[in-house]
Amino acid sequence: MTPRALVGVVVLLAAAALLPFALSDYRVFQLTLVLVYATALLGLNMLTGYNGQISLGHGAFYAIGAYCAAILMDKWGVPYWATLPVAGAVCLLAGFLFGLPALRLEGLYLALATFALGISLPQLLKYHLIESWTGGVQGITILKPDPPALLTDAGLPLNPDRWLYFFTLAVTIVMFALARNLLRGRIGRAMVAIRDNPVAAQAMGVNNALYKSLTFGVSAMYTGVAGALGAIAVQFVAPDSFGIFLSLAFLIGIVVGGLASISGALYGALFIQFVPNVADSVSKAAPWAIFGILIIAFVYLMPAGVAGVVRLARARIMREESQSETGGAKQPGTPKEVVQ
Amino acid sequence: MSEAIVHQVFAGLATGGIYASLALALVMIYQATHLVNFAQGEMAMFCTYIGWSLLQTGLGYWPAFLLTVAVGFVLGVLIERIVIRPIERTSVLSVVVVFIGLLAILNSVAGWIFTYTIKPFPSPFPESLANPLMSPHELGSILVTLVMLALLYLFFRFTPLGLAMRAAAQNPESSRLVGIRVGWMLALGWGLASAIGAVAGMMVAPVVYLDPNMMGGILLYAFAAALLGGIDNPLGAVLGGFIMGVLENLLGAFVIGNDLKLAVALVLIVGVLLVRPSGLFGTVHVSRV
Repeated sequence: MTPRALVGVVVLLAAAALLPFALSDYRVFQLTLVLVYATALLGLNMLTGYNGQISLGHGAFYAIGAYCAAILMDKWGVPYWATLPVAGAVCLLAGFLFGLPALRLEGLYLALATFALGISLPQLLKYHLIESWTGGVQGITILKPDPPALLTDAGLPLNPDRWLYFFTLAVTIVMFALARNLLRGRIGRAMVAIRDNPVAAQAMGVNNALYKSLTFGVSAMYTGVAGALGAIAVQFVAPDSFGIFLSLAFLIGIVVGGLASISGALYGALFIQFVPNVADSVSKAAPWAIFGILIIAFVYLMPAGVAGVVRLARARIMREESQSETGGAKQPGTPKEVVQ
Repeated sequence: MSEAIVHQVFAGLATGGIYASLALALVMIYQATHLVNFAQGEMAMFCTYIGWSLLQTGLGYWPAFLLTVAVGFVLGVLIERIVIRPIERTSVLSVVVVFIGLLAILNSVAGWIFTYTIKPFPSPFPESLANPLMSPHELGSILVTLVMLALLYLFFRFTPLGLAMRAAAQNPESSRLVGIRVGWMLALGWGLASAIGAVAGMMVAPVVYLDPNMMGGILLYAFAAALLGGIDNPLGAVLGGFIMGVLENLLGAFVIGNDLKLAVALVLIVGVLLVRPSGLFGTVHVSRV
């Protein structure tokens, strides 16, 4: 990390830590959801952006994670923080298992299979034999965790919403740091290689089948942990909140945020959380109309998403700065500019 | 028991007819462009709404029906020309994303214009007929599907335009060399698919009632049907549709109950793709590495 990037990260963290004290509880709750979606989008982006496997059914893994957390808390009284590893592990396994048949499906067909998963999941969750666990159509209501007494006794102005925000923030930071290390290293390069040219990747000694199914598993794990966090934040799970449109919103999030980009997950999460809020005031149908139009516009005009635009803008600023440092001797445009 | 089975089989054939016609629309687009149209269900739903508003103006059923099919055709051509054409040759992901965008737009615009309240849709077939196994509407919609299949067969087999469309789908480069306007052939394929979808929508609406989300489950079954029959074979897709309908009804009535019906489609889709990706009647594709 360059010193400049370090400063950026520190400023961002400070803002993230101070923001909840300046906002209403409802806004804090919304920010918590942004963090939740960011983790979910990061998971989907690993699979679709980095590894090239299209999933239109990631809402299913989000739902599994959410239900894991809700059932553990509701039926067995497991503390909320302890549900995350379980939700992650269950989704890792579920994703890995779904990833095995997905190995034989390419492009459109994988999209089709995951689309089917996304559509049929709410019905599966309503299935009467597991109703004693899932609560059927009614779903499960869970309680919002209180901030630990240790911190409130010390005089920190925490309420349940703020505490949940900080808890989610901590989890999100850990998940992003892990993802960054994973994607920037040998494994991440193998994932990208499989996406760009599977045959060449295989020839270079990458075990395509293993990497692809493992990516599916890890991706599902991320989305599942996000689902568990989301369930704790919303305090409620029900089959119909995990319909196909949730999965589609995730896909829209990564396309708008930026495919194969870690920061893109955050931009995408802001987008899918706040754009519907604004658009809802126009009409009930407006959010999805806007989603639909914007996502097509992004494919045409900004295939690299918001993250790509940010990257370009930063490159331009850097270039101008380096030019002014050299005394402005070089006129803009005289050196052969590398424009992406 | 056996009478119940017979009854379920016939009810299955009736819903199968609807899956078959939507599957037929999917096959049309697949044949022309090798894409699987995720927005097909919403296109059909949107056309059905247009049919509904035409009926509201006091038009008779069959004029409204024909007009809707024509509007559906134009809608399909326009979507291909404006939205799909620029990205046809890019990555699969962009194509899928654009389909999803279309799905979202059509769904929400329909909700916006026509509201989300559920509307009844008339059936053109007489109310009751002395037939204990199938209602006139069920019989009629099967008939409509079969007529559509026959018309398509005649069109592709015996007209110069049909031949040109087949040529454009099979070998675009050579077709262009002999003077076929390949781009327009693809657009025509989309138009045909959209028109077929409009028919499917108008046949299904009297059964499930008209609402912007009516096609979700049906599209899934149509996917399963098209894959089962072979996604590049119209006859196969129609047969697949009928098989799906019967299978759904039998399994729903006697084996797993009604609340897992969509999971059947999921298992079938994944199963077919894994075991026999070309379906029952499709051509097996071999690609060079």
